[in-house]
Amino acid sequence: MKLKNWKEVVPGAVVTEAGSALKFKTGSWRSSKPRWKEENCIQCLFCWIYCPDMAVKVKDGKRAEFDYDYCKGCGICALECPGKKGQKAIVMEEEGK
Amino acid sequence: MGKIVAATGNEAVAEALRQVNPDVSSAYPITPATDIMQRFTSFVSNGKVKTEMILVESEHSAMSGCIGASAAGGRVMTATSSQGLALMWEELFIASGTRLPIVMALVNRALSAPLNIHGDHSDGMGARDCGWIQLWSENAQEAYDNTIQAFHIAEHMDIRLPAMVCLDGFIISHSIERIEYLEDDKIKNFVGEYKQLNPLLDLEHPVSYGPLILTDYYMEYRKAHDEVMSKVSKVVLDVAKDFEKISGRKYGLFETYRLDDAEIGLVILNSAAGTSKDVIDEFRSRGIKAGLLKPRLYRPFPYKEIGEALKGLKAVCVLDRADAFGGSYGPLFIDIASSLYPYKERPVLFNKIYGLGGRDYMPAHAEQVLSELVEAAKTGKVKQIKEYIGVRE
Repeated sequence: MKLKNWKEVVPGAVVTEAGSALKFKTGSWRSSKPRWKEENCIQCLFCWIYCPDMAVKVKDGKRAEFDYDYCKGCGICALECPGKKGQKAIVMEEEGK
Repeated sequence: MGKIVAATGNEAVAEALRQVNPDVSSAYPITPATDIMQRFTSFVSNGKVKTEMILVESEHSAMSGCIGASAAGGRVMTATSSQGLALMWEELFIASGTRLPIVMALVNRALSAPLNIHGDHSDGMGARDCGWIQLWSENAQEAYDNTIQAFHIAEHMDIRLPAMVCLDGFIISHSIERIEYLEDDKIKNFVGEYKQLNPLLDLEHPVSYGPLILTDYYMEYRKAHDEVMSKVSKVVLDVAKDFEKISGRKYGLFETYRLDDAEIGLVILNSAAGTSKDVIDEFRSRGIKAGLLKPRLYRPFPYKEIGEALKGLKAVCVLDRADAFGGSYGPLFIDIASSLYPYKERPVLFNKIYGLGGRDYMPAHAEQVLSELVEAAKTGKVKQIKEYIGVRE
């Protein structure tokens, strides 16, 4: 993406374009990564509600894969996940392993 | 024809604000600015203005309220002094960096400690580089006129920056002077309808204010701010021309008094300029070519224009009603020295610190400085570059 010069920036750093956070991929900040174990998922969608970004995707009302472009690895989804019979549907794993 | 009244500086500023009738004001009282907002809140209570008045719990909140209201899309103003301005510190930069044309009356007062409530420029000088426009006023009439013009300058579509109107605490804020108020409809037409750039409350065009700007863009915003600052002088002069049409009063970037053929000159801000002019007349009557320069637009500082106006003099004394701690010179002196730096031929320059904490600046002080200037012009030498005057040794 070509960066704007000082003559092109909006006065006062006002963001005039809706949804422009999409352009700012923050997944590279991650040091641990959530992994979805579908077999333990009860489709409660708590992970989707609790995700502070929009890194949990939902398709046709059902839990879909993580969007790792935006997941910063905060681990909230894994913490909130009730899982099935004591088995978490989201587990955190170290990046690079 | 306007109305001639006897009014204090604070009363005059409050009257200007009534006539401008801003959408929102968010304020917190502090001596000696309290009186402005006290009078203004009476206008609000009595239905004289349509302003939404937000009474907050501190100046930090006062300026925050102004920022929110301005971003939302309103014409906004407030007033403060000294510690109040100091408490607004981080918001001052947010207001200017966000390019919000808030107008604020700053009734200049000394900073603590030691605690002091009187006229002194250390508050305004401390905030001189916070990205705001600063207009300084010698008397109540100038404070009134500058307040009205400040809205027009700040809100100009080429500028969009907050503006501070400075007047001396007590000396001007609480002293009664003869002053001319213009008619309400003239002021209403002069300031016109307010239009915010990218208002938060425009639901058709949703925007976000205050994003995180990192290393890849921060410098571009700062450069853009600096560039806007360089356009302020022209707008100030244009607005002054328009203001002259409705008031008959002339304003520039600075005022010169008997300076054209002067050999020695004083540079001094605000109320003490009045006292100095009297003494300059006295020196002139003795055949001494003395003059004065009083900056009006202090930020952005018109370095080039002031340099041009002073370069031909033999000796100049800059009087500061604030010190810049750090073993250096007073803030106004530093700016004047910078404005003269580009010239090979320039006057000898010295700096006097006067009137701190409201200490009286008397004609005798101006006489002392002018006599020293006569000597400096003759010898081309300065005995001491910076010195406190009116202080017990």
